[in-house]
Amino acid sequence: MSRAIVNVPSSARRGEVIEIKTMVAHVMETGFRRTQLGVVIPRNIITEFVCRYNGSEIFRATLYPAIAANPVFTFTTIATESGTLEFVWRGDNGYTATASATITVT
Amino acid sequence: MLSVAAAAFAHGAEGLDTRRSGYEFMSAETRAMQDDDLLNPAMLWVLDGEALWRQKAGTNQSACADCHGDAAGSMKGVAARYPAWDDRARRPINLQQRINACRVSRQGAEPFADESREVLALLAYVGRQSRGMPIEIAVDARVEPFLKSGRELFFRRQGQLNLACTQCHDEYSGKKLAGIPIPQAHPTGYPIYRLEWQSVGSLQRRLRNCMNGIRAQPYAYGAPEFVDLELYLLWRARGMKVETPAVRP
Repeated sequence: MSRAIVNVPSSARRGEVIEIKTMVAHVMETGFRRTQLGVVIPRNIITEFVCRYNGSEIFRATLYPAIAANPVFTFTTIATESGTLEFVWRGDNGYTATASATITVT
Repeated sequence: MLSVAAAAFAHGAEGLDTRRSGYEFMSAETRAMQDDDLLNPAMLWVLDGEALWRQKAGTNQSACADCHGDAAGSMKGVAARYPAWDDRARRPINLQQRINACRVSRQGAEPFADESREVLALLAYVGRQSRGMPIEIAVDARVEPFLKSGRELFFRRQGQLNLACTQCHDEYSGKKLAGIPIPQAHPTGYPIYRLEWQSVGSLQRRLRNCMNGIRAQPYAYGAPEFVDLELYLLWRARGMKVETPAVRP
């Protein structure tokens, strides 16, 4: 599975806005490039990124070839309850990657 | 003789150090990527390097960690002093060559291929342990001839465009080439995540790009010319802080 780095504050107050940063290793080959001999390099990209907070989806993104390699997503959410944030990336050729982080909400 | 020549570039009229890292020639957005470990894509390689550090390999089934323990302690300052003299090779070698020598002689494993993900990950991880430390290249009678060779390469006109490194990077640094600021060519952050490559790459990969740019036949990876040139460039950057792993445009 490719390397993923996620950053979620370890703790927050209830109702506080928290910032989540994610980065995943992926070449994001556009499918438009050609080799020196003119052969098209096939498309190989992440197509979907989803974040779930204690099972409820809080963030979803659809990715296209315009997104550069090793995509970074930074987004905010409201800290509602203690628990787990799960991150899932899916892409071409059956690619998946996952990560998770826990948060304590007081 | 060599120290006087370097002083002429490095210090202005008042004895101020006029050397600037490539970091200072970048846009604010690119600098922000390098400054935040959560946004620096090279950290993906650093984490891979950390895993490789502990992975057993070769006929001896040993890991880097078995001899070197925790890299944060044992590797602190190491990347800052490479290229360094090697008794076995009887010449200065760079950090990649040092890692591969360990791999072959201590682990009994195949050396890593040039620009392979594994070797770049280890270089990024080991280099990271020297971040913030000054580059220090030890020069003695044994190293001196290789440093001199590296300096000659830096000043030699090459290629169809008949340009020497010094012409762009000493005489024209700060001015623009194809609309892009020319930096001073101090390799303070290698291996770098280059936005143009969308990947981490070594100093030799960057030097090959330069040689292609002046329409010269690039030296092969690992060529003694490259290691001599790396030695000179790091010596020329001595005292500047290690930024590994840096982000560059």
